[in-house]
Parts: sequence; structure tokens; C-alpha cells
Amino acid sequence: MGTHLPLLSTLIWLPILGGLITFLLGDRRIGSAKVFALLVTLATFLLSIKLYLGIDQSTAMMQFGEQLPWLPGFNINYSLGVDGISVALILLTTFTTVLVLMGSWSSIENRAHQYFAAMLVLEGLMVGVFCALDAVLFYIFFEGMLIPMFIIIGIWGGPRRIYASIKFFLYTFLGSVFMLIGLIYLYNKSGSFDLATWAKLPLNATEQMWLFFAFLAAFSVKVPMVPVHTWLPDAHVEAPTGGSVILAAIMLKIGGYGFLRFSLPIVPDASTEWAWLVILMSLIAVVYIGLVALVQEDMKKLIAYSSIAHMGFVTLASFIVFAMVREDGNLEGARLSLQGGMVQMISHGFISGAMFSCVGVLYDRMHSRMIKDYGGVINTMPWFAGFFVLFAMANAGLPGTSGFVGEFMVILAAFQSHPLIAFFAAFTLILGAAYTLWMVKRVVFGDIANRHVAELTDINAREAWMLGLFAAGVLALGVYPKPLVDLMDAPIAALVDHIVQTKL
Amino acid sequence: MTIPMISAADLHAILPEMFICCSAFALLMLDLFIDAKRRPLIHFLAVAVLAAAILLTVRDMAAGTSTAFGGMFIHDIAGDVLKIGIYAVTAFAFIYAKPYLIERGLFKSEFYVLALFGVLGMMLMISAGNLTVLYLGLELLALSSYGLVAMDRDNPLVSEAAIKYFVLGAIASGLLLYGMSMIYGATGSLQFDAIYAASGSTTSPMLFKLGVVFAVAGVAFKFGAAPFHMWLPDVYQGAPTAVTAYIASAPKMAAFAMAYRLLESAAGNSMADWVPLIAILSALSLLLGNLMALVQTSFKRLLAYSTISHVGFLFLGLLSADASGYAAAMFYALSYAITAVAAFGSLILLSHAGLDADDIDGFRGLWVRHPGYAFLILFVVASLAGVPPFLGFFAKLQVIVAALNAGYQWLALLAVICAVIGAFYYLKLIRVMFFEKPDSDISLINPDRHLRAAFVLNASALLLLGIFSNAILSWCLKAFPLA
Repeated sequence: MGTHLPLLSTLIWLPILGGLITFLLGDRRIGSAKVFALLVTLATFLLSIKLYLGIDQSTAMMQFGEQLPWLPGFNINYSLGVDGISVALILLTTFTTVLVLMGSWSSIENRAHQYFAAMLVLEGLMVGVFCALDAVLFYIFFEGMLIPMFIIIGIWGGPRRIYASIKFFLYTFLGSVFMLIGLIYLYNKSGSFDLATWAKLPLNATEQMWLFFAFLAAFSVKVPMVPVHTWLPDAHVEAPTGGSVILAAIMLKIGGYGFLRFSLPIVPDASTEWAWLVILMSLIAVVYIGLVALVQEDMKKLIAYSSIAHMGFVTLASFIVFAMVREDGNLEGARLSLQGGMVQMISHGFISGAMFSCVGVLYDRMHSRMIKDYGGVINTMPWFAGFFVLFAMANAGLPGTSGFVGEFMVILAAFQSHPLIAFFAAFTLILGAAYTLWMVKRVVFGDIANRHVAELTDINAREAWMLGLFAAGVLALGVYPKPLVDLMDAPIAALVDHIVQTKL
Repeated sequence: MTIPMISAADLHAILPEMFICCSAFALLMLDLFIDAKRRPLIHFLAVAVLAAAILLTVRDMAAGTSTAFGGMFIHDIAGDVLKIGIYAVTAFAFIYAKPYLIERGLFKSEFYVLALFGVLGMMLMISAGNLTVLYLGLELLALSSYGLVAMDRDNPLVSEAAIKYFVLGAIASGLLLYGMSMIYGATGSLQFDAIYAASGSTTSPMLFKLGVVFAVAGVAFKFGAAPFHMWLPDVYQGAPTAVTAYIASAPKMAAFAMAYRLLESAAGNSMADWVPLIAILSALSLLLGNLMALVQTSFKRLLAYSTISHVGFLFLGLLSADASGYAAAMFYALSYAITAVAAFGSLILLSHAGLDADDIDGFRGLWVRHPGYAFLILFVVASLAGVPPFLGFFAKLQVIVAALNAGYQWLALLAVICAVIGAFYYLKLIRVMFFEKPDSDISLINPDRHLRAAFVLNASALLLLGIFSNAILSWCLKAFPLA
């Protein structure tokens, strides 16, 4: 492990500085700006692989730690560190960003260098969220992301982009200010913003309840959970393809990650008490949102609703563990559930990113996202159709794809404690298959629907690379998820051991 | 009380004040002997005076608290840091003002002289150890400000603003003076430390409390806290933008010092009386400022209401009435002043050739023509909204820490909800700049090179001082050592 280079800081600041340079390269050197941006993301991705190779998987300790005093007056530190969970999400982030830039290569016509710059800044901030061990630092990355995303949706988005971008910003901002109050409360109580200190801090039931809801406000908006999910379909539909991919593949995961880093370890007793609420909200997301997805006419909206349903699985997995460890003492089941939730997060990152990229490929050609404008795409775009069907199958949870692994693990775990919950959760397999495959049937199969579809050209080499890499991720994870499970095993075991103990 | 002899040490303590005073007179005289063509010289000299004052104050930076003139004048770290902030922010206001004033035929040396006298007034408010000195400083600032607002005297809007400012300001001064007289009556002293000592054992506690209430009202008026905010939107809108940039920024720092001296140094013993008042003022300012800002179409009025809400935030820091709370409030005052001067600077940047970019539409489509400046204005707006990692976020973070420390959970909650309401109208500005198409083909940016350079510096400082906010924060914490 090379200690001379602060790897985590490099992963955060390299894309941000790269973004600044891309911005300064300007409109006139647009070609070199794009190439430069892509090289920066590639370099970041390669560095993040170094993270994977260097991490000690046998321990739940935070590794690659960096700590600098930042605001000593308030005991705020620039402190970074990662465990297996963070590394998995960082790899997802750096990998997806490369593909996003490839996908946006020619679809952004207006000031593409600024779009690429915003994407790079966003990448750095997202990596920062997964590395931060100090709550203020976490909050800064968490909130700082809003500005580039707001601009990406607002400038390069669709016709209702202004409405969607402001709604996105205000929802997330409102959720996170409540968390800020919670963080400051914890600071006043403990004299520190260090997450590890907070995990050990004893808190009484009332305090835990308020803090639980403060965290829930922030992370449930981000995930998003029913009933605060309404910003997502708007944001997804209006965002440019790259923005949608980032939103679905990474930003939503930050909500799930937040639950694991804040709610579970800091307020375990309140989480136990209110787990039923989160589980209920998750099941509503799975079943009701699945039904909503069924009737969508806009492909992006359909995938957006499908994202909400799939993320419902993640929150379900995160909170059903309390029933297992506290009521049944079933630690094995709890681990399986959390593992399943995490695998589902990574897998959904690949699948949703790929699905949005597919819609982007179609949109670049037809400038329509409406299902009814398509039909028989397989006749003119056979390669594309192959990829699209593969991703759709993965979205429906077909065994052999990554979509199956996570869902299966969660349902398996759920059965051990509450068969009824497992029963409702399993609806996702039916509904997911129904809305995804029905969309594929209407878009891809059948006779050529109209003149525009007849004129479609198949994907070019760049798009093939992009979709091929997504497909590689989906299949690799589906066939052989062991490296990912091993990577996250130690921190998840430690987390389960931690939440068994009451803090009261 | 016997008046002690003035010693060399006394004079040394007020060196920066004397320097600003003499320079202001010198500039006034100089103007008589140069012709109008060479008037920019006055501008450069005024900026140089402020730069020299920074050096002077830095050289004699206080190590602790000392007094001069028998306790009338306090020389401490808080005062020195605030003074440096005032010089710097005023210098930026001067640089922003020049092209604006020249284009409107208002470029007169009186602007600089009055503003420098205002700076002197602020310095006295900051360093006052005695009610009389505080009042003198306040009135010097107020009179200079009335004059500045009324500078464009042929404009009826300006005259209205100036008269309003003058009348309401006079009432507030009256209130404050009345309160001071009661405090004097109850404690028998004008000196802050003596008042503090006597207030615990005063024979007429009701009189003292009443005096404190009036003093709080005076402070609230100076800040523009609701419900003493009526003058603020009219003055901000009516005054020439160059003047607004000045009166909206630097005096907030002096107002903080005044609040600290009056409420803590003098009335610290009756904390339990004034803290609830500050809480109510804070809640009203937050609500009124943010809700009224939602419906504004004039950018200057919007900033005026946003100022009111920022005052609400600043007051959160005073609630805990302890060292860390005052440090937080001071940090808020400094960061707000830096952000406010940048906000008005952006307005001047966008208004040239006699046009005022007062309408929010003036920002329309700026991103298309000047993406760099659009992003810099985004920094300013994000800092006002309190989005991390900009300076405004750290200021809000600290005052909320103080409010929760003081046990005002409901107010902290109200504050963050108001921050979200605030985000909505700030986003409206970003939307107009970035997401909409420009109305016309003309370049929107003022061509003055100094103005542009100063704005770039000021706006990027909001990001850099945010990331490195310890630079300011450590001084604020040093200014109020933990007891």
C-alpha cells in the first residue's frame, strides 16, 4: 500500500481539478476538453482499482485514512477513510462516470465542455461522500453535489427542466437541513463531528427518535422513498441522459449509504423501534410504485419508477435486520440481508445506468422517449436490441444477472423472520418482469412501427463499448458476486455486531 | 469622575482612527485644488488610505484587551479584526462604486469623504467603552450614510429613501438615547464595565430592564431586524447601487460590535431579559425576510429582504450569550459583509451605460454570454443561500450550533426551514442566469477592469474562504476566549 500518495484525496480532488481545467479549456478547444475529461475519469477509475487491490478485506477498520485539522475551533476535521462498503460504491462511481462521459460524447451539443466539467466535479464530490468520516465533511459533499446536478438538469435538460431542477434542489435541500440540525445536536452532545465517536455515543430513547427522523428526512428523500419520491420521476425525465445515469446509478445509493453510516450505527434503538415504518414505506415502494411503473408511457419515467421500487429493496434490507437481530437473534440472517441490500445497490447502479443509457441511445436518434413512438427496433438495431433485452432481463431479476443476486438474498433473509414481508417483497419479481418486459416488447419487438424507426441506425463502436462495459458489469456480478460479497463482508459483520447492542 | 491626562499610549491606541480622520479631511481639501478630470486620483487615494489602515491595524494588532482614555476606548482583538474587515469591504465597495458613479455623473469626492467618515464612525462604535462614545460613533456613521443615500438628489426615489432613512434613523437614535439615559439612571455610569458591575445590585432593576429593551430596539434598528426593518428595503432600493453596496455591508460588522458592547459588556448581567427579545427578533426577521423576498422583482429589494433574514440568522449567535456564540455571530457578520458587497458588486457589474440591472431580468441569460461571470455570481448566490462549501454555509453552521447550545431548538428548526425558503428565491436568480435565454445581443458586463478584477477576487474568495474558513474563524474564536 503506497502511503506517499494520499489516495482518497487524489480520488476526490483529481476529478474536481480536472473539471476546472476542462471548464477553462473552453468552447474553442472542445475536442481536447472532452478527451482531457475522459482521460481524467479513466485515471480516477484506475486509481480506484488500486484502492480495491490495496484494501485489507479481513477487517472492518477504516483504511487509507487521512486526517487534517480543518476547523479546530469546532473540532471539524478533514478526515477520510474507507471500508469495503465505501470501496464498492467508489468503484461504482468511478466506473459509471467513465461510461457517462462516453455516452454523452456527441449527444451534448451546447457547451459540452461545461457539461463534462460539471460531471467531473460531481464525480469528485460523490467519491467524497463515500470517503468522509467527519459529519460536516460528509454534509458538505452531500450538499455540494446539488449545485452541479442542478445545473446539469437545468441547462441541458428537457422542456420542463426548470421545474424539475428546482424541485430536485428544494426537496433534497429540505431533507438535508433537518439532518444538519441532527448533526449539530450530536456535536453539542459529544463535542465532535467524528462518525466513529457518534457510533459509541450513548443516547436516550427520545434523542434517538428525533435523530432517527432527522436522518430519515435526509436519506429518504435521496433514496427516494414513498412518499417523498415525487422529485425523482421529474428529475429523471428532464435530465440529460448522463444526468439520469448519475442520478440513478450513484446519487440514489448515497441515500442507502447514509442509512448504513448514520441511522443504523448511531441510533440503533430508534431504528429498531421505527423499523416497521421504513419497512412499510419500502413495501409500498416495491408494490405500489411497481404498479405505477406499469402504466408509464415515457420510458425514462418507467425506469425512474422502477428505480424507486428497486431502491425500496435496499431500505427494506437495511431495516429488516433489526427484526432479525433484536427479536430472533438471527445474526446470520441479518448479515445476509445487509449483504443483499448492498449487492442490490451496486447491481442497480449498473442496471439503471445501463437502462438510462439505452434510452439515451434511442433518444439521440429519435428525440422521443415515448414508448408509442417506437416498435420493432430490433429490425433496424439488432445489436442495440440485444443489449437492451439483456438489461431489461437484469432489471426483472433474471438469474445469471446481477439483478437476481441482491433480490434473492434479501428475500431469503426476509423469509427467515417475516414470511409475509418476504411475500410482498417478492412481488417485485413479478411486477419488475411485467413492466420491464412489457416495455421491451412494445419498443424492441414487433413490426417496424413507423418511418422513423425504419431509418434508425445501429449503435456505433463508442456506444457498443459503453453498453458492453455495462453488460460486463451486470453479468460478472450475476455469475460471480463473490468478490463483491467478500469485499463488504467484514464491515457488514461489524455493523451487525454493533447494532445488536442497545445504546440506551 | 476626574478626567485623566491624555497619555502617549492613549494616542497610540487610536492611531488608526486618527489616520482615517486626517485622511478624510485631507481628501476633502485636496478636492478643492484639483480639477474634475483628475478626480480619479481621489478614488485611488481613498483606496490607498484603507489599505494603509489595514497595515496600521495589523501592525498594532491587540494581543488581549486594553483600554485607553480612562476606559472610554477599548482596544481588543475583536475590534481589530472587525476594523480590518470594514476597511477591506469598504475598499471593495469603493472599487465597485467608481464606474457606477462616473456613468451617472455622481463621481464626486464627497462620496469618498463621507464614506471614510462613516468608517470612522464604525471604528468608534467598535471600540467604544462608554455609552457616549458608542452614540457618537453611531451618529457619525448615520449622518454620513444619510448624506450618501441622498447623493443623487435630483432623483425623487432617492430623496424619498433619504428622508425615510433620516426620519426613521432619528427615531431609532432617540430610542437608543432614551434607553441609555435609563441605563445611566439605574446604574449611575456610562462606562460599560461599571454598568455591568452596578447592574447586579441596582436599586431600580425595572428601569434598567426598560433601558435594555430600548437598547435592544436601537440595535435591531441598526441591523434592520424585523419589526424595525421598514427603512431597509426602501433605502437599499432608492440609494444609488454604489452607496447601497457600502451601507449594506460594512455597517453590519459595526452593528455586531455595538450589539456585543451594549448587550454583553454592559448588560451581560441581565442576559435573561434580552435573550428572549433577541430570539423573537430573530424569528420575526427570518420569517418576514424570507417570505417577503419571495415576491420581489427588484433585485435590490430582494437583497434587502434577504439582509433581514440574514440578520435573523446572525441573532441566533447572540442567543447563547457566551464566547462561542459571539464568535459565531462575529463570523456571520464578517462573512455576510463580504458576501453582501459581492452581491451588490455583481449588480454594478451587470449595469452599465446608464442602465441599472435592478430588475431580476437584467441577469437573464448571462451564462450564454459570460459563463465565467455567471459562475462567479453563482458563488455569491450560493453563499447567500448557505450551500456548502461556500462561506455562507459555515456561517450558518456556526450560528445554528450556538442556537442549539442555548436550547433554542425551535428557532434552529425555523431557521433551517427559512433557509430552504430562501434557497427558492436564490434559485430563481440562478435559473434566470443559467436556464433562460438572453433578451438582447448586447454585452451585459461593465467594461471597467478594476471592477471586474475586484469582483473576481471577491467572488472567488467566497469559495476559498469557505474551504479555508478557519482563517477567519480562528480569529473570531481568539477574539472571544472561553471564560
